[in-house]
Amino acid sequence: MTLTETTYWVVGATFAVYILIAIRSRAGTTQEFYVAGKGIHPVANGMATAADWMSAASFISMAGLIGLSYNGYGGSVFLMGWTGGYVLLAMLIAPYLRKYGKFTVPEFIGDRYYSDTARVVAVICLIICSVTYVIGQMKGIGVAFSRFLETDYETGLFSGMVIVFFYAVLGGMKGITYTQIAQFCVLIFAYTVPAIFISLQLTGQPIPQLGLGSTLADGTYLLQKLDQTLLDLGFQEYTTSVRGSTLNMAAFTASLMIGTAGLPHVIIRFFTVPTVSAARTSAGWALVFIAILYTTAPAVAAMARLNIMQTLQPEPNQHLAIEERPEWFRNWERTGLLGIDDKNGDGRIQYSADPDTNELVTLDNDILVLANPEIAQLPHWVVALVAAGGLAAALSTAAGLLLAISSAISHDLLKRTFMPHISERQELMASRVAMAGAVLGAGYLGLNPPGFAAGTVALAFGLAASSLFPALFLGIFSKRVTREGAILGMLAGLGVTLAYVFQHKGIMFIPGTGFLGDMPPNWFLGIEPNAFGVVGALVNFAVTLAVTYMTAPPPAAVQQLVEEIRVPVSLEPR
Amino acid sequence: MQPEELEALRETYWRENRRWMLILGTVWFLVSLGCGVLWVEPLNDFQLGGFKLGFWFAQQGAIYVFIILIFVYARLMARLEKRLSLEELGE
Repeated sequence: MTLTETTYWVVGATFAVYILIAIRSRAGTTQEFYVAGKGIHPVANGMATAADWMSAASFISMAGLIGLSYNGYGGSVFLMGWTGGYVLLAMLIAPYLRKYGKFTVPEFIGDRYYSDTARVVAVICLIICSVTYVIGQMKGIGVAFSRFLETDYETGLFSGMVIVFFYAVLGGMKGITYTQIAQFCVLIFAYTVPAIFISLQLTGQPIPQLGLGSTLADGTYLLQKLDQTLLDLGFQEYTTSVRGSTLNMAAFTASLMIGTAGLPHVIIRFFTVPTVSAARTSAGWALVFIAILYTTAPAVAAMARLNIMQTLQPEPNQHLAIEERPEWFRNWERTGLLGIDDKNGDGRIQYSADPDTNELVTLDNDILVLANPEIAQLPHWVVALVAAGGLAAALSTAAGLLLAISSAISHDLLKRTFMPHISERQELMASRVAMAGAVLGAGYLGLNPPGFAAGTVALAFGLAASSLFPALFLGIFSKRVTREGAILGMLAGLGVTLAYVFQHKGIMFIPGTGFLGDMPPNWFLGIEPNAFGVVGALVNFAVTLAVTYMTAPPPAAVQQLVEEIRVPVSLEPR
Repeated sequence: MQPEELEALRETYWRENRRWMLILGTVWFLVSLGCGVLWVEPLNDFQLGGFKLGFWFAQQGAIYVFIILIFVYARLMARLEKRLSLEELGE
């Protein structure tokens, strides 16, 4: 069987499983559609959350971001940021929102801040962060199809849409939860198998996490070798190269952490477990399942980087002849992810940090994960598995985001704001229509990605951190914070973050409209736009508190609500 | 129970909860932004197998501690709820 045939079989088998699950888990009530009937076991929900959380970017791009763009240590911001947020979720957000016990994040904000305006502002924040995020997933689906199954991008995107449409419209949160569990199994298997092989080949240690700290065949430590090789080529040392400054690293990490704890599609996963204490343990399990990938990624990053450099330069000052480059190298050149330019015309590839003499002119971040099995000369089925894993990661995250978007529309906008008199059956119908609309809309944006899709990380995490997290946190931990404070705080946090991102990256990310230039000297305290969410969050906190103490306290019923969500059981006088 | 007793129960639960959050939150801050970012250079002078210690915290250690923190918090809260008879029956 050829590689493409094998890939068709493996991907086809996983898709068959997803469809089977969809047929078996139809939602019959709004409670099932929005929160899977609140009956999901905490470990199962942990697995679904992990799949929900780990997107095409985590699966395909993160190791490359760490290993190439951020040159090792600098990439730690993603590792700590995208896991540390779960501690905040487990302690500060998830248990109380589970006790609140309704369906959506804007619903809580609307009730806690006794205001339809607050609810609508929250819906707007939710839609902006979820839509930018979902475009990235749609693109990931199209790209994975076109690379591995040799279809065109459109066909790939369309196939992905059909699958998501099927289980998300039929089953809502219930269908999504069970498919996400299956998708987690596929993606984690697909990620760890090549990592184990590559670790064995380099260090003889089957566990990649330990392999990263082990010795190579020649007795030197892998990381030491990597540091030395990079220094020789003119790069910074792998284990110490800081991204920007220490302050920038800290701000970046904190923004991703706070953003994680404020992203609605993650928070609503914790509405599906039966109890408050289950919400806490479920966050722990989610992090266990996420950590399997997140502690493997830095090992893949370092090992694949070393492998590539050793392929190009087997001995010091001995460069790979262009004629002798391996098969996988030629394959990935055709996709445009790798590119060489023999600048000095000696028929060999010189790789270096100096852009004037570097002849490996294109080295895409995604290559580290995508080409890994081929570089390590693993069998076809492992390569096919990576394709299925990337698709599982993209589909599961897309479905979670689409549910967050559609429930905000059908529940928060229709049922709670504009058409409060519709019946449960009508609302269920509306939620299916909203879901169908969201899938089609996301597909359209995947086909015609707008300029702002490039800024996914900056927007989604920046906005979740600067608008939603402070409103949720203060809504739980303060009885005094008022409607006016929260609304103005959200808008201020949102405004500051958007203004900062746009002034450096272009208005709506259109190149050339950035009025301060995307250059480090123009950054506020040296903080890059992707790391600005934490500053937005601080502005939000300051504005909310200042306005709160200028306005009248919330009504007694709202203070009562806060008292109630803080304790796991109902404490009514008996 | 009388309303005053319920009020006292609420107070106790919330005070203890905040205390654990503060303690565990401090550890959370120290291992990630502390060991992984602010003090990474001095920690890198120490070696953990083939890892520089600061680098290890930033790329693996912090994540392991995060997991432990969540389960410790869940356990402490379960114990507190049992002590105050605030356990849920499930739905």
